[in-house]
Amino acid sequence: MAFKATLLAAGAALALAGSAAADPVKVGMITTLSGGGASLGIDTRDGFMLAVEAAANPDLTVVIEDDQQKPEIAVQLADKLIQSDKVDVLTGIVWSNLAMAVVPAATAQGKTYLSTNAAPSQLAGKGCNPGYFSVSYQNDNLHEAAGAYAATAGIKRAFIMAPNYPAGKDSLSGFKRFYEGEVVSEVYTQLGQTDYAGEIAQIRASGADGVFIFLPGGMGISFVKQYADSGVGLPLIGPAFSFDQSILQAMGDAAVGVLNGANWSPDLDTAANATFVESFRAAYGRLPSVYAAYGYDTANLLLSAMAKAPVSDAEAFRAALKEADFASVRGKFSFAPSNHPIQDLYVREVVKEGDIYTNKIVGTAMTDRGNPYEDACKM
Amino acid sequence: MSAMLLIEQALNGLQYGIMLFLMAAGLTLVFGVMGLINLAHGSLYMLGAFACAAVAAATGSFWLGLVASLAAAAAAGALIELSVIRRLYARDHLDQVLATFALILILSEGTRWLFGSFPLYLDIPAALSGPVRLPGGIDYPLYRLALIGFGLAVAAGLFLLIGRTRLGIRIRAGEADREMIAALGVDISRLYTLVFALGAALAGLAGALVGALQSVQVGMGEPVLILAFVVIVIGGIGSIRGALFGALLVGMTDTLGRALLPVAFATVLPPAEAGSVGAALASMLIYILMAGVLVIRPGGLFGRA
Repeated sequence: MAFKATLLAAGAALALAGSAAADPVKVGMITTLSGGGASLGIDTRDGFMLAVEAAANPDLTVVIEDDQQKPEIAVQLADKLIQSDKVDVLTGIVWSNLAMAVVPAATAQGKTYLSTNAAPSQLAGKGCNPGYFSVSYQNDNLHEAAGAYAATAGIKRAFIMAPNYPAGKDSLSGFKRFYEGEVVSEVYTQLGQTDYAGEIAQIRASGADGVFIFLPGGMGISFVKQYADSGVGLPLIGPAFSFDQSILQAMGDAAVGVLNGANWSPDLDTAANATFVESFRAAYGRLPSVYAAYGYDTANLLLSAMAKAPVSDAEAFRAALKEADFASVRGKFSFAPSNHPIQDLYVREVVKEGDIYTNKIVGTAMTDRGNPYEDACKM
Repeated sequence: MSAMLLIEQALNGLQYGIMLFLMAAGLTLVFGVMGLINLAHGSLYMLGAFACAAVAAATGSFWLGLVASLAAAAAAGALIELSVIRRLYARDHLDQVLATFALILILSEGTRWLFGSFPLYLDIPAALSGPVRLPGGIDYPLYRLALIGFGLAVAAGLFLLIGRTRLGIRIRAGEADREMIAALGVDISRLYTLVFALGAALAGLAGALVGALQSVQVGMGEPVLILAFVVIVIGGIGSIRGALFGALLVGMTDTLGRALLPVAFATVLPPAEAGSVGAALASMLIYILMAGVLVIRPGGLFGRA
């Protein structure tokens, strides 16, 4: 499924503008629009396009492609976008393994890549690149936020759990980096596991007073429902991925009261955020998720750079991106030397408002947090 | 590890095995009677869960949802058999795999088109929610106990159906020699539609029952499908009894492996490494079990070698 969202008839608009400075920018968005992970990609796309449509900049064209959450498809799409569509900028990948397959090759071909989500440690440290910007976070950040806040929330003896794959291991090490309590048990589950009765029995027997989980997507829904029904009742904390807007409605009451580390929340008190949440709800009839927020910020960052430098001058264009001169829905936002964000990290609590389950900020976990791989980045 | 925890884990394994049985029973029935490899079995499981979630959301009753899941999956099964599967009996297994794989894609995208990409909400019925205290002081979720009872009842019903009814006689006869029972005047094509719909209804029922514990989303059927294939290979393809024993064996091995292996490794390795090595080995355990069974009994535990 490929469709082109050409915003205005470029020719007519150019004639009207009549400005010589106009330098058209073509963006290739590769994201997940089918399969089990589609809700994340759809929110990324919708958030991005909301900002693009609001700006109505005739010089910006977006080509959207579906990667089906498969690395080999993402690589093919990147080749097609670069070689036949001749895009200047790539964006949109949700998953770290797909990003690792696409980003290094794209930046090596002189393209600029703006990450709306995935930001693996390999691309932050040794593998950093002047053409690669992560607008979302560095992968460890939201786990660090949960870890930094857990002791404050009264969790002194934590049971921590994640799937047995690279992001799961990064998650637990991210949590432990700033956690001040004691980890009583560290459990790795199977990726895609749907039954957690065994782990819940271990939690009950572990003597922990709180549980940290990183179980994205359907795994988290399964765990939270089963955990609530088990009556164990210890406080639960995780990164925002496990308790995001796109999956909260499927968890229902079971998720209420759960804490999660995030760098954005629908109730974050900034003017840009109020506009974003309101217009997203008006356009799509639902509350935005963190993925939509990252998509929206990415489009606005791109638009801010387009106003400052022509994309044909890669160095000037990247310098313009690095200034991050846009109104982020997260409020404070700047880039560290490695092109990863420096931002505040929060802890949110799942609440029910009317019929809708959503998140509210309950505290700030870390201020002006960058990432732990900064020193390894030489550029 | 205390005895209490061990008993609780054994109950978990039993419950997991029973759920796998519901899924594997339909698969093994269809393969045994019709000689058909049906990869779309997982999609029927998903369909049952979606039907249950949609009806439960509209009416507020999980039980109506459960009825709807049976009806929807059986109807979808019959429809699929009449329109697609019927053309595949004479073809080889590779064609069947190809066609039923296409069905997975069609049913998945069709479900997304109908229900959207976001997971649906389906909760366990209020009457069965929360834990109960078992003798010995174990707090165990009532719903999981109910699942064990319900699954065993379905298993008993299936054995009666296959062993004691006229339909069961025909199914067994169809398994043994399809030309002969056709020659005896049994409408074999109607029998096939019925068996396929029965298998689909079992998958749909499993989807609805498990959907209440897990997440109802597109693609939820495929991981279970793989396990169901492991179960029927271990149990012996075509054997309902084999499916039951295979499912309980896989359920127990998986659950107890995940619980015990990290603890066992922790006696020789540091805790972080023990967890990681234990988890890795636990996820391989059922495949090691399958390989072991195949070495000793190539036809499966209850299969015709």
